[in-house]
Amino acid sequence: MAAVAGLFALLVWRVVHQNRDTVARKVAHGKTVRAPALDLPRLDGRGRVSLASLRGKAVVVNFWASWCKPCKQEAPALERSWKKLSRQGVVVLGVDVNDVSGDARHFARKLGLTYPLVHAPSTTWDDWGLAGVPETFFVDRRGRLVDVHIAGPVLQGDNKAQFERGIRLALRS
Amino acid sequence: MRLLAAALLALALAAPALASDAHPTLAEMEGQVMCPVCKTTLDQSNSAAAQRIKAFIVRRIRAGDTKSEIEDRLVDDFGPAILAQPPKRGFDLLAWLLPIGGLLAGAVAVGYAAWRWTKSREPEPALAAAGPLDPQLERRLDEELRRFDE
Repeated sequence: MAAVAGLFALLVWRVVHQNRDTVARKVAHGKTVRAPALDLPRLDGRGRVSLASLRGKAVVVNFWASWCKPCKQEAPALERSWKKLSRQGVVVLGVDVNDVSGDARHFARKLGLTYPLVHAPSTTWDDWGLAGVPETFFVDRRGRLVDVHIAGPVLQGDNKAQFERGIRLALRS
Repeated sequence: MRLLAAALLALALAAPALASDAHPTLAEMEGQVMCPVCKTTLDQSNSAAAQRIKAFIVRRIRAGDTKSEIEDRLVDDFGPAILAQPPKRGFDLLAWLLPIGGLLAGAVAVGYAAWRWTKSREPEPALAAAGPLDPQLERRLDEELRRFDE
């Protein structure tokens, strides 16, 4: 009886604590938080990329999926930014999430994307508190998230100014 | 004879399951695979992500994959939560253990209550079982009975 009660309490605890204080929520409240440890396989199958391995660089973490139309619109702009800013210590990291990896590879090939692309399991969606894709975060040189979070295509409307601010803040640290 | 009947029954039940694993259909799999964005099964969702997963399943069925192979591919890409039925390991094991544990605990509680209830309703032991009467009391009883007969 006690074991069942214990298991039930554990289940309740888990349900209450999941999705609380997600990264997106903390960033939205202007809190300085350490970026969750991403360590994911490259989409092309050639090894892995982790945020820890990119320490010392400003990282634009862009969540996307091949079924998302706005992602298709913003990808060429991200590619241009990557080519333009990589020499200044900026890395664009595309995180394909909630997607069939084969479709994502086709998407990347078709659009000629050269920035690092990784494939993430669905748990990453919840870990970062994503509401949809595309969503973009900025990680500074010390591995902390700056308080800029873009939901939607990065270079559309007001998001363009936010994108530039995010990169400036990430490089400043 | 009974053993043979049981074996035949097991075979009869196993055959459709094996056929379903070897030749899955989209309709069958739609109810067993989740849409990771909308958190419902695929048959309940028409989102872009769900459409893409349905298309993937159709491609794999045409390529001759078994149901288990398709599920494995989906788990590789999305993680175990893509399957509507939780895996029987790790924290997800709770989803299987809790109902079973609850049922067992309930059965034990009902059994104990029934045992207590029947015990409280057991008849008082017969007087004869209590041993011989006190001789003085027996003599008085005989006198009373004799007087009653008169």
